[in-house]
Order: sequence, then C-alpha cells, then structure tokens
Amino acid sequence: MSVANIIVDGKPYSIEGAESKNLLEACLSLGLDLPYFCWHPAMHSVGACRQCGVKLYKDEADARGRIAMACMTPVVNGLRASIEDPEARAFRAGIIEWLMVNHPHDCPICDEGGECHLQDMTVMTGHVRRRYRFEKRTHRSQDLGPFVAHEMNRCIQCYRCVRFYRDYAGGKDLDVQGWHDSVFFGRTEDGALESQFSGNLCEVCPTGVFTDKVQASRPTRKWDLRTSPSVCPHCAVGCSTLPGERYGELRRVRPRYNADVNGCFLCDRGRFGQAFADSGDRLRHCLVKEAGGQVPAPREAAIAAARAALSKPGAIGIGSPRASLETNFALRSLVGADRFFVAISDGELALHRLMRDVLRAAGRRVASPREAELSDAVLVLGEDVWNGAPILALRLRQASRNAPNETAMREKRIPAWDDAALREAVQDRPGPFFVASPGPGPLDECAEASYRAAPDDIARLGYAVAAFIDPTCPAPEGMGEEREALARRIASALMRAKRPLVVSGSGLASAALVGAAAAVLSALVAAGQDARICLVFPEANSLGAAMLAAGGLESAARLLAGAPEPAALVVAEADLSRAAVRGDGPSLMALAVATIVLDHSPSATSREADLVLPAATLLEGSGTFLSFEGRAQRFIALRPCEFPVQDGWRTLDELAAPGREPRSLDGILAAIASELPELAAIVDAAPPSTFRMLGKKIPRGARRESGRTSMHANLDPRDPDPRLDPDSGLAYSMEGAIAAPPSLLSRYWAPGWNSDQSLHKFQSEVGGALRPSAAGEGAEIGARIFGGETGRAALRELAFGGAGAGAPGIPAAFARRGDALLVLPRRFAFGSEELSAKSPALATRIPEPRLFICPPDAARLGLTEGASAEIRFEGADSVPQVLRVAISDLPEGVAELPWGLPALPGAPLASWAAVRPSKEAAR
Amino acid sequence: MATPLSARMPAGGGAASFAGYRAAGGYLGLARARELGAPAVQEAVKASGLRGRGGAGFPTAMKWAAVPPPDGGERYLVVNADEKEPGTMKDRYLMEGDPHQLIEGLAIAATAIGAGTAFIYLRREYTRCALELEKAVGEARVAGLLEGLRLHLHLGAGRYLCGEETGLLNAIEGKRAVPRNKPPFPQVSGLWGRPTVVNNVETLCNLPHIMREGPEWFKALSASSDGGTKIYGASGWVASPGLWELPLGVSAGEVLERAGGMHPGRALRAFLPGGASTDFLPASKLDVKMDFDSVAAAGSRLGTGTMVVLDDRTCPVGMVLSLERFFARESCGWCTPCREGLPWVRRSLEALESGEGEMGDIEILEHHARSLVPGRTFCALAPGAMEPLASALKLFREDFEDHVARKGCRYK
Ligand SMILES: Cc1cc2nc3c(=O)[nH]c(=O)nc-3n(C[C@H](O)[C@H](O)[C@H](O)COP(=O)(O)O)c2cc1C
Ligand code: SF4
Ligand code: SF4
Ligand code: SF4
Ligand code: FES
Repeated sequence: MSVANIIVDGKPYSIEGAESKNLLEACLSLGLDLPYFCWHPAMHSVGACRQCGVKLYKDEADARGRIAMACMTPVVNGLRASIEDPEARAFRAGIIEWLMVNHPHDCPICDEGGECHLQDMTVMTGHVRRRYRFEKRTHRSQDLGPFVAHEMNRCIQCYRCVRFYRDYAGGKDLDVQGWHDSVFFGRTEDGALESQFSGNLCEVCPTGVFTDKVQASRPTRKWDLRTSPSVCPHCAVGCSTLPGERYGELRRVRPRYNADVNGCFLCDRGRFGQAFADSGDRLRHCLVKEAGGQVPAPREAAIAAARAALSKPGAIGIGSPRASLETNFALRSLVGADRFFVAISDGELALHRLMRDVLRAAGRRVASPREAELSDAVLVLGEDVWNGAPILALRLRQASRNAPNETAMREKRIPAWDDAALREAVQDRPGPFFVASPGPGPLDECAEASYRAAPDDIARLGYAVAAFIDPTCPAPEGMGEEREALARRIASALMRAKRPLVVSGSGLASAALVGAAAAVLSALVAAGQDARICLVFPEANSLGAAMLAAGGLESAARLLAGAPEPAALVVAEADLSRAAVRGDGPSLMALAVATIVLDHSPSATSREADLVLPAATLLEGSGTFLSFEGRAQRFIALRPCEFPVQDGWRTLDELAAPGREPRSLDGILAAIASELPELAAIVDAAPPSTFRMLGKKIPRGARRESGRTSMHANLDPRDPDPRLDPDSGLAYSMEGAIAAPPSLLSRYWAPGWNSDQSLHKFQSEVGGALRPSAAGEGAEIGARIFGGETGRAALRELAFGGAGAGAPGIPAAFARRGDALLVLPRRFAFGSEELSAKSPALATRIPEPRLFICPPDAARLGLTEGASAEIRFEGADSVPQVLRVAISDLPEGVAELPWGLPALPGAPLASWAAVRPSKEAAR
Repeated sequence: MATPLSARMPAGGGAASFAGYRAAGGYLGLARARELGAPAVQEAVKASGLRGRGGAGFPTAMKWAAVPPPDGGERYLVVNADEKEPGTMKDRYLMEGDPHQLIEGLAIAATAIGAGTAFIYLRREYTRCALELEKAVGEARVAGLLEGLRLHLHLGAGRYLCGEETGLLNAIEGKRAVPRNKPPFPQVSGLWGRPTVVNNVETLCNLPHIMREGPEWFKALSASSDGGTKIYGASGWVASPGLWELPLGVSAGEVLERAGGMHPGRALRAFLPGGASTDFLPASKLDVKMDFDSVAAAGSRLGTGTMVVLDDRTCPVGMVLSLERFFARESCGWCTPCREGLPWVRRSLEALESGEGEMGDIEILEHHARSLVPGRTFCALAPGAMEPLASALKLFREDFEDHVARKGCRYK
C-alpha cells in the first residue's frame, strides 16, 4: 500500500492506499464536500457527469491550474488540487445549471424530495437561479412493475442506473436509449423489471426517476420516518436493513450499509418482502379453540390455558429457522433441550448439522459475503446462490471479475476505480469461476465453465477436484476423460488463485455436495492455499436453529408418540405444513394433547392450534439471527409491540417461569451465552440495552420529524411519553444521541447530505467499514461465531465420512432408476421464502408452479411444454400432484419442482418420482 | 507539382482501376514494408514527418509507437472513414477515386503495428465508396496481396461521434458510440480491450508513397515542416467548390484561388480553415499557411483542411446556428456540458435568428463558449463545436447584437 502526500486547498494530507484511489474518493474520505453524480462507491468512476471538477496544479509555481474531474484523477504523491478555487466552484455550479435545464420543478411532489442527491448537490454548488428560458425535453415514463416507479423527466443522465442494473447486477431488460439531450433510461416496453436487484435503482438513481413504488402508495419523507437497524429475515445471508415506519406502518425497507455482508445493496425479496408484517391477517390477539373454531381470548386467560397445558410433563417444543435465536432458545428452555425440535425434517436438520460441523472445522476460513467478493477463483458446487442467497450471488458476480481485472490493472495500468476502462479491457472474459449445477442460471454468464449434472455427479466433480489438489484424498472412480479434464482445470485454477473460494449449500438437499465442498477446502488448505468456504443455508436462522435443536419433525413425532402420557406441543413461528416431510406435520399435532402456537402470521398450523399467542415480527421485536457464515446479527424493533402482541421469546420466558418477571433481551442473551458457549459471541452482536452515547439513547426518529406531538391528537391531545424500549440502546423518540455505533446506526444523514449518499460520512473511508463511534468499539456489524484455526483433520473426516459423522463420502455416479425421475427442489427469488411471499407487491412476481424436465425425458414421457403431468413420489402416501411442464436444460433423469411456493407447499426434497402425462388440468 | 494522392484518379471521374494502380507502382510500397518489417516501417514514417489527417494532426509514427510489443494476442488496425464533419469530403474523394491506395495504405499500417485484423469503418451514406472498396478488396485479395490480414468493411449506422476514435471502437463492438476515457489509449486497450490503432483515410493513403519513394521525398513534397501533400477543399460561396491536392502548407489564399475565388458578387468575410469545428479566421488572414502549426498560431486549427467560407451576404449567426444544430443533434449524450449545453446554444441562436433574442442570450452563448473546453467536457466534440461559435462571437459581435436590437436578421 502506497502513501501519497497531497495538497488540497493548501492543506497537506497523506492518503493511504493511494494507488487504488481517485481524488474524489480521497476528498470524500477526508470529509471534504465535493459534489458528484456518476461516481458510486460500489461502481466507481466513468467521468460522465463532470460534476466533480476541481482545479489541478502542475506544481507550486502553477497558479492557473486546469479543471479536471476528481473522480478520474489518480491520487499520486505531490498532487495539488483545489476544491474551493472560484473557477472550479463556478464550473460545478454550471454543471448543475445544465442539469436543471431539463429538470422539472417538482420537488414538492417528488418521492425523492428531502433525500435527493440532486437537491443536495444543487444546494452544495450554490446554483439558485434558472437562466434557461426555453422548452424542456420530456419523456413518457413506463410502468416497471410492482416495485419501482419511473418518472423519466427527472433524469439527469448520470448513467448510474444502467451501470448498476446491467454491468453490476447482470440485468438485461433496462437500458439506455436515444441520443443527444434525449437519452432515455428504461425498458423497450412497459413491464416489470426482471432483475431481482431492481429495487436498488431507488438509491442508485440520484434523483426521483426510480423510486420505491410500495412506499409511494403511502408516501413519507425521510425525515418523518422512524428507522431502526434491522436484519433481513428472507434468507440466510442476513443483509443489514433499515426499515422505516410512520404511524406504526412499515413504509419501506432500505439497505443498511454493512461492509461485510451486503455493502450498499439489498435484493428485492429483502426490500419488498417485509410487508407481511403489516398484513391485515396478522395474528394480533390470543385465540382459543372452541367448538365453533378459534375465538379471541383475553391474554391472561390464554396464558393461563397455556400454563395448564404445559403443566403436564412431556411437552415438546418446535422451534423455527425463521425465528430468532432468542425465541428458539426460550422455547428450548421451556420444554428442555432434549424436547426441543425444529420445524424441518430430520434429513434437512442432519444436513444443516453437517454444514455447521464443516463451518466449525473451517473456522476462520468461513467466508463473509465480502470475503466471497474478494475471491479470485470460485467453484460453486450445486447451490443455486442466485435465488437462494441473492446478495451473495451479487457479490460472487463481482468476484468473477477480480482475476481479469487484476491482470488488466497490471498489464494496462488501469486504475482499480476506472470502471469503464476495466470493463472494456476485460470484456466478458470471465475469470476462474466455475458453476456446477443441475440447471442453468444467471451466474453461468460469469463462469469460465459450467457443468450440468445431477447432485451426485457434481459432488463427484468436487471430490475429483480435491483429489487433484491433494493427491492424498481419495478420488472418484470412473469419471471419464472429459470430466476429469474439467476437474483438473478447476483444481489448477483454484491452486493458481490467491484467494480461492468453494461454495455449496443445502439447496439440493445433498450431503454429498457439502462433503465435496469440505473436501475441496481441506485439500486447498493442505496445499497451503488461503482458501475460503461458503455454505448456504435456506433461511434467516437455519444455522441458529440447527445449533439448538435436538432433532427434526420426525424425531419430534417419535418422541410424542412414544410418550407415556399425551403431552402438549408448542410451536414457535413455524408452519409445520411447509416442512419437507410427508404426513408428519399434521400427525404431530394429532399426537399432541394440545397445540400452542406462537406466531405473528396465520398459517395452516396456527389455524389448527388449540391456542394461539400472537408474536412480534422482527419489526416490533428484537432478537438475533445467525447467518449462513455464523454471523450473529441483532435486529432491533422498529416500532413497539401493541398489546397483547409481544416478542416470542418474552412470552415463552413468561411461560417458563411463572411468577418472575420475564427477562429482557440482555437476560436471554446472557443465558444463551452461558448455556451454549459456542454462541457466546451473540452477546456482542450489538451493544446491550444499557448502551448510551454520552448518557443518551439513540433516537429512532429524525430530528426534523414533523407532527410528532399531533400524531395521536385525535385520541389524546396531550403529548404522550415516548414508549420505553427495554431491549436496546434505541429510543422511540426524536431526541437523543447524535452519533451511534455501527450496529446501532439507524439513519444516514449529515449536514448538506440528506440522501443516503451521506453514508461516506459514517465510514472510516469511502467504501470501507463504518467508523466506530467510540474507542474500543468494533467496526463490524454483528459477531461471528466461527473463526478459529481450521481443523484440517476434522474437515477431511467430515468430507470423507469418518467415524459415523460427516458426509456419506464419495457417491456413486448418478444412475437413473428405470423411468423414474429424481425430482430436485428449485428455489425462486420470489415465492420460495415463506414470509416474503405474503407481501402483496412481491406476490405478483411469484411464478406459477411448474415441473421442469429436460427435452429427452419429456419426449420419452410424452410430455410437451405446458402439458399437464402427474408426479407421484416414490413411497409417498400423499396424493399425486398435477403440474404443468416446463422444458428446461437439465440432465437426463433429473427434474425440478419449485420449492416452497405458496401454491405448492411442502415439496419433498430430492426424491424419486414417477412422472406421466395427466388428463387432469394442472393447478 | 507532385500529387501522389490524386494522380491516378481518372479525369472524367470514377475510380482508378486495379491494373492502373499497379501499373503506377501500386502495392510496391506494401511489398517493401513487408520486406523491411515493422520497426523499419515505423522508422520510415517517423522520418517522413507524416501527421494524422483526421483532424488532430497527431504524428502517425508516434501513435504507432505506443502499441505495446506483441504478446501473441490479436491487435487491430481501424480505418476511420466515417467523415461526418460538415464541410469535409476529402476521404470520400480518396476512396471513390483510388480505393486501392487506401487498401495498400492500411495494409502497410497493419504491418507496422503487427495487426492481423483491420476494420474500415465507413460512413454508411458513402455507398459508392463501399462499392469501390468492396471491389478493390476483392481484387487485392485474389491477387494475394492481403495475406495474413483479415479485413472487414463495416458500415456505420450514422452518428458524428462514431468518427471520434474511441466512440468508433465502441460502435464496432456493438456498444453505444460514446467515447472512452484516455488513458488507457486505444493502442493499449482498444477494440475488445486489445491494442488498436485508429487512422484516418487520408493519413493511410500517404503510406504507399512514403514506403515506395522514401521519407525524404515525402518531406520534400511539403511546403511546411510536416511532410506530404494535403487534400484541401473549399465550400460555401466560392466560385467553384471542390478539392485539390496541394503541398502541405500552401496559403489559404492559394486554396481559395483554386476555387476560382469568391462567387461573383460575394466578398469573403471569414473562413473556417479546417471544417466545421475550427475557429473562424477573418478574411485578413488569407495568407495563413495551411499547415498544422501555422493555422494554430493564427488562432484556429488545420482540422481536416477543408475550408468553409463565410461571405458578406450570409448571416454569421445563421451560419453558426446551422453548425450548432448539427453539433447539438450529434452530441452523444454522455457528458453533461455537451448534452445540455449544446441544445441551449442552439435554442439561444434560434431565438436570435427568429427575432426573439435577448442580450442575455448572447451572454449565455459566451458562457458556453468559455465553458465547453477540453478537459471540462468528456471528449472533443463540444470543444470543437464551440470553436466556430467562440470565434464568431469575437469577430461578428455586432451581428449578434444587431439581431437583438432589430429583433431579427438583417440578411433575410
Ligand atoms: C466528434 C469527432 C468526430 C470525428 N470524426 C472523425 C472522422 O469522421 N474521421 C476521422 O478520420 N477522424 C475523426 N475524428 C478524429 C478522430 O478522433 C481521430 O483523431 C482520427 O481518426 C485519428 O486519425 P489520424 O491520427 O490518422 O488523424 C473525430 C473526432 C471527434 C472529436
Ligand atoms: S434514471 Fe437516475 S440513475 Fe439513471 S441516468 Fe437518470 S438520473 Fe441517473
Ligand atoms: S433475501 Fe437474503 S439476499 Fe435478499 S436482502 Fe434478504 S438477506 Fe439479503
Ligand atoms: S462532449 Fe460529452 S456528450 Fe458531447 S459527444 Fe463528447 S462525450 Fe458525448
Ligand atoms: S462524478 Fe466525476 S464526472 Fe461524474
């Protein structure tokens, strides 16, 4: 890392890591205000907007200088620049004047107003009077679907939208059209944006062209939003979010910057999925089952009924991969560790535990999403990261360019920030990036080579790669020349790399795949490589639940069936009917003497329950999720619970210890840490409830929040006391501390920077980690539980199936079983995840369930695109399903069935099925 | 007086034939270049003092020298035959009249930089050039003259910016024709990220002669310190507009003389010496030597060397408006000053011309002339567009003010 001494406006500064910085980044990192548009912290420079012009001087003697774009100026030793030079200032004001030529005067009705980068930059440059007196150009805006609104007249042609949508995120259906002063950014025709990252356009666009359409249905200015640091509940990546509410309603979800996890972005599932929390059918009362069905009951009565049911010995608890660690733990404490299960099948749990064991053994080699993005060679084994863990996929997409970028930077001396030049030099020549999966996917276009095969064959490829890297590893037999050559090629690419990464997960329900990933990691480590691993879990807290549960649903049913006396069943935030076990869900409830369900949203399970206790969603409750990398991350309630709703863990703790005050979040966390030492770090995921900044709590409201005192004046004219928050250092107030530690930071705002572009004011440097607010505080958000030295022997044992535990070892090559097809789960960005599917905007994007089969199988079975097919799972007692067929590029003998779509819950995982044409109409 | 570039063009029009071209020593230069090898060709061209004829006058050998040493990968030569500068038609003249000269020239350039593939990026409206070039390429190919060179004739889809060398590269790649930032220069990261040289048609047409007759001979052709002849042109109200090959560095007056002077009844007021994006020079500067350095010293640019005259009965504001209409329409839309500035200039000029102008409009024009300068805009289009405007505001200020005062144009 080189240090450059530079002079800006007469003041000397020394810039570390200068070789990878441009002058704009350096200035912003120094806290100097310099306006910009086309530069973006994640997408870097192209020099289009000319807003960041500064004066550059050749040397001390040069008094005239010349105007140059800071974002295109490398930081070199001896650089002399001026931001304040009158000519530079006038130039920047002139740029705004030009941008205003065609910009409408509609700030008051623009959804960007109050957090608009264009407004901020306009004020910053001091441009105030419009001299342009002619007609403005206008555009026809488009209907871009349920997520993103479009008002093209506001466009300032910074090109950031297309650079994000296409270059960064790989979208195809948004582009720039037209020429001269009539440049249009949109689709060729109206229609929903196809990319699952489309929502990011709302922040990427510095104006009100692209805005959040969901928020627009109940518009709210940023200064009127109350916000709190939260975590996305819609997959295991655990992106940091910043939900905002007004009048108790969720208005929007925005990305919360987390350098290690999601950087600046969110996927559309994360952004638009949380409306489930405001759904009209939320469980808001205690319900008791009577002869005629469930009826509302007073809370005391419901709690008394629950206590009565639980007073009989032998109650068992079913926790959930979508509930917090605290809720799962509280239920576990209530029923006893050996009677606590999780609402997934035994098979899935075994797989998750295997993954947990691999991660544990991998220790510090478990990759964060950021580390994944920094990899320079990637092998994806089976996992559909694109749909299962979207933000990880977005980061892998960037990783695929690292190696070629580094070559271009070295050979052509292109700076790291010169985005257009790097893309030009690299073109779409991918780096060492390999995708092995049953079907095609968007990551294929990043891949040097893709391999289409059944899970067992993909696992064999992985094992073969491991054997090439570490010849002491057993190698699969009978691979065939072509596959062996591919394995050798992958192995040498991973060995040549500085930071190789292997990615797999539970998506195909294959332990062999996880074993193969562990084998590759252990081989790379043995070969001295600085390798990393990612294992993708399906849900926000799958890993956490796997660390607590004694078993899955089949085990729970066995225990309940074998109990000497019928016992009660307590289900926390789970719908048993969604689990991939056939028959066991309902039978579990039938076995119980009484079923108590704690949940926030109704489900097939809650509707059957004898007693329903309403639980908080993550918007009213606080808690911790354990992400796929073992990062414990705290979400803090955005709004208070309305009685009788309360945090699941609080209700469960109340049931566990009648007579004592239920514990606060800190109390539960301390209990978890002491009972489960491996999870001790979760205490540090965020500061405790006693946290204060100079004696003050951190406000959820903005200082400019309007109408605070009149909000409830129709009910009570007095200014009510703010609600208390016993669980965090945040207050339900607009008053309090100004600064906040990274994990409690709840808004981005700085003087002159009303938009979220103010982020750099909170970072240690542009694009870097958040700046700690006090000495001794970590910059990281959350706390990782894995991080020790890598246990190579353990990894190897897990990979090759040692003493009973671990993967089954190298599987036999995939072979078809007569006419049957191996039906694999296919995840969809929209619809496969339970909670987000309840969001109205997102629901419109859920695909129709189809059976995906390859052309040869379709021909053999007499099926064509769109035809009805009957699917009968082997050994299944359930009725066969009838679905329409979609022809897809899959290996012969392998079919795919959507996983978890609302119209198709409880799809079995990776099972053999007989498929034949059906006369029945598909649903 | 030697006219190597145009000597073989049939007097009655049409193109020099393959046989005729060869009989006149055609393709000997290429043979010589291949015999000598790349470094010696570069040496010869350096010694010849050849400067690029595309508008910027960059020394050709110096441009080539920036190509990195071979690395086994592809490298490209691109012929810039887009020629959309208003007032400029010299490349068309060369391609229609003697297509083999260009083909030999580009093959020599490809040899000099070790390019295995060449593109001719041809303005689509130049259909006759396309026919002649296609025919000539076929002939050269059959004769085995293009061995080792893949040659593609690419017809552009028609934008001024496709003539800007990096916009042109994007256009060939099928991307939007917006320019690229430099560095990296095309020689290092050009077409598809590979080393690429872009040369103008006229530049390349000089190469066969340099290779055949030698650099000293070439230098001696010129009346300036830079080598060679130049295809000069004159348009506007001259007696007979046209193109003439003359020693580089003849005076503007001599060029005008070739055109038979001004049209009867019209007097010269000023001229754009090198096409639409050069500054006006007043009639008093007719003695300026038309070479790169002399025209620059006089306050304008040689540009493409094809002058456009302004006579005493044509409104300078109207003339500038016509140019700015073109430039505003042709802005690629990538950078703010040009995309938003040029249409504003256009509208202000339209207001003046139509009698709706205000004094403030002239201020706006001056503001733009001052602001759209190299370094502030992304590429040279907008600064080029400002050259006629800025100089007109200086030379014909009273005409602009008169439009405001009389609410209209006195030439109408
Ligand atoms: C807007 C614009 C349009 C241009 N159009 C042409 C053109 O049509 N033909 C051309 O040869 N050069 C054109 N140029 C100049 C080229 O960018 C480049 O300098 C030239 O092709 C280099 O060739 P040379 O070195 O042989 O002169 C244009 C430049 C600009 C800025
Ligand atoms: S739509 Fe927004 S992001 Fe796209 S170019 Fe216009 S202002 Fe920039
Ligand atoms: S669904 Fe997953 S990837 Fe998308 S925002 Fe939420 S946590 Fe991130
Ligand atoms: S000056 Fe800017 S807008 Fe104009 S053509 Fe060049 S890059 Fe495009
Ligand atoms: S931010 Fe530097 S030119 Fe746009």
